[in-house]
This record gives sequence, C-alpha cells and structure tokens, in this order.
Amino acid sequence: MQEEATTLGAVDVLTPRTLEEALRLKSETPGAVPIQGGTDVMVELNFDRARPPALLNLNEVAALRGWSRTNGRVSLGAGLTYAEAMEHPLAELLPALAEAARTVGGPQIRNRGTVGGNLGTASPAGDALPPLLVAGAEVNVASVRGERTLPLHEFLVGPKRNALAEDELIVGVSVAAGAGRETFLKVGPRNAMVIAVVSLALRVVDGELLAAFGSAGPVPALVRAPLEEASSFPEQVAAAASPIDDVRGTAAYRRHALRILAGRALDRCLA
Amino acid sequence: MRIELRVNGEPCEADVWAGESLLYVLRERLGYPGSKNACEQGECGSCSVLYDGKLVCSCLVLAAQADGHQVVTVEGLGEDGRLHRVQEAFVAAGAVQCGFCTPGLVVAAVDLLAHNASPNDDEIREALSGNLCRCTGYAKIFDAVRLAAGT
Repeated sequence: MQEEATTLGAVDVLTPRTLEEALRLKSETPGAVPIQGGTDVMVELNFDRARPPALLNLNEVAALRGWSRTNGRVSLGAGLTYAEAMEHPLAELLPALAEAARTVGGPQIRNRGTVGGNLGTASPAGDALPPLLVAGAEVNVASVRGERTLPLHEFLVGPKRNALAEDELIVGVSVAAGAGRETFLKVGPRNAMVIAVVSLALRVVDGELLAAFGSAGPVPALVRAPLEEASSFPEQVAAAASPIDDVRGTAAYRRHALRILAGRALDRCLA
Repeated sequence: MRIELRVNGEPCEADVWAGESLLYVLRERLGYPGSKNACEQGECGSCSVLYDGKLVCSCLVLAAQADGHQVVTVEGLGEDGRLHRVQEAFVAAGAVQCGFCTPGLVVAAVDLLAHNASPNDDEIREALSGNLCRCTGYAKIFDAVRLAAGT
C-alpha cells in the first residue's frame, strides 16, 4: 500500500487565480495540499515523504498577498513573506514579528516562506507564532461554506495540527498593532538557518505582560500577568511551559532558557 | 504538465512531473546545470537563483510555480561572454575550493550587492547565511564580496 501512495504521477497541480476559485478547488479536492512559499511542502515532496493527490498552488492569488491596517488592527495576508514582515512600515507596527521573521532561515527562505504557511504547518517551533499570540492574533479562514475567524490559540490544536476543516484555506491573520513595547528572542546553535530550541515573544501593553513561547510545549502558548508581577514573570513563563527532550535540546535546558529569555525580554521592553 | 518560463531572458518550455522542483527542471530538463543540487531542503543555498528578481532556493519552488515567471541562474549573470564582476572577484580572491557551493554563493552575493552596494561584514554574513560552504572557505568568500563591492 505504501508503494501505491508514493507512485510518481499521482500529483496534480491546481493553480487558481482568485480566492473564490481557490476555495472552489479546495472544496472539490479536499486532499489538495496548499502550497505558497513551498519551504515546508517542497521538503516533503523532495524527500518522498508525501505524495498528495494534488497541490493547490496559491502563488497567483493576489488577495492572499500583502497587509492592510484598519481600526487599530493589522491584517496580514496568508501569503505575506517573512522578508515582507521585516520591511518598513510593517516592521514598526509589529516589531516582534519583524524580529522573529529575521531569524527564519536565510534570505532565500525569508523571500518565500509565509505567515500563512507557518500557521498551516502549526509547528510548535513556528517562529511567527509567538509574536502573533502576544498580539492577540485571530486567524481568518474561508471555504465555499463561508468565512470564520478564530483566535490563534484555538487554531493551534496540537503539534503540526490546526483547526482547519478539510475544505478550508487560511486567508490571513489579524492582530492588534503594537501599542506597547514588544520583542522576540530565540535560542539556536547559530543565528541563521535554525529551528528554535526555544523562542519567546513578549508584549507589554496596558499594564499587562503577555509572553508566548515556542518549542517548549505541544503548541506555542500564551502566559499573561499584571505588570506588577514582572519580577516573578520569568519564573511564571518557565513554569507554564511543558517542554520535552529531543535532538535540539533537553526539557530542563529549555525551561532554563525560557526563564533567561523572559528576563532579557523584560529588560528590553521595560528599559 | 507543460510549463512556460523565462530562464536568463530566454523563453523556455518544459514538460514536467507535477511534483518536481524548479531546480530539477533547470538541471535535468532545460540544460542549466549551474544551480547545484545538494540538500534539497533549503538548508544549503547551492541551488540559489533569482525568481522574479528575488533570491530563492530553486529546490523549494514547485516547477508549476515557475510557469509564467522569470528565472535567472548563475549562467545568466554575465553579459556578452564576460563574467559578472562578482564571478571575477571570486576568481581573483580564490574564493573557490571544491566549487560546489560557488554558483549559489555567487547568485546570493549578486543579490546582496544589488540591494546594498557597500555592505559591511555583518551585512555580508547575514546575506550569505543561507549558503553553506562545506570546505569552510568563508574567509576568501568574504574577500571576494568585498572585492566586488570595492570596499
């Protein structure tokens, strides 16, 4: 059976030009795997780990690109690349996302990888996810049945699992523009081309501390506390994590590093 | 399926298997072996090309995504039979050991200098961070980029 699943020629590519067409194709072929920048999907194909019946190439859907600002919220298209998230003026509106984007891969990866792809892959290590969580992200998804919006913490349901129905596509994500101070920190063996051993985003806004960590639990998760608890906050963040031992680090190291990152992030944001 | 694209300014057509990469199309179907196939997972940068003017790993672009788009490979950097100044600088600086990473690094360096004519060492380091040299010949590669930039 396994041979059958990896037979060459089983893949078809669907390239819609509009979101409407994309949703129709996804509805007709629910097994079609959406591909935008390809930085995750192509690795699966190149290594023969996946042979989906079809690929839904979203590169030509203009409605998924770019970003816009309305009523204090910023809407990011699912096709927004990490390189675009680093550009002025978006980088000033969402500085932690811009910092996180700069730690993703190298220039080649940042030119192709997208925020929507990070959401779709839903890795516990997804670099865009902690900054989005502290920014109160809501994920906009759509299908031929209509649109719905769900908070990011409800969208991320497990390691590499999200709440999308089989006929749904990620359209974008909306966040509250950074009214306060925020930052992002990541631990890895080098500054580029690494999956986070552990990562942390912090936002300080309206007397509240919001931290979200990556690679320290089954999903990136949010920790909140009043500003007055800043001194115990690193301990609270470390305690909220549920890391595991794996090839990139031990659970004990991750918890320790999270405590240190939270302290450094507070130093940056409260300075 | 059939795709049409421009490679180094020339219109090309190729019959491709739907799941294959742009890198495979360039090397195996269109006769542009300059872009190298090493990691096939976007880790090494050896397959770097300019796709619609942006530096990308061609191993991570689905062939069908190149349909109707422009690609510049290392073969297309020089003009009138002359090497690009970045290529000349790599030769002059001896920035080549086994040579396997060289095409990708040359394309990445060309992309860097197109956006930043006089990069400092930190900027060079960040711009080339997606390209691995397994001979670890980075010092001479940096020399070459500085030489090409005239800094």
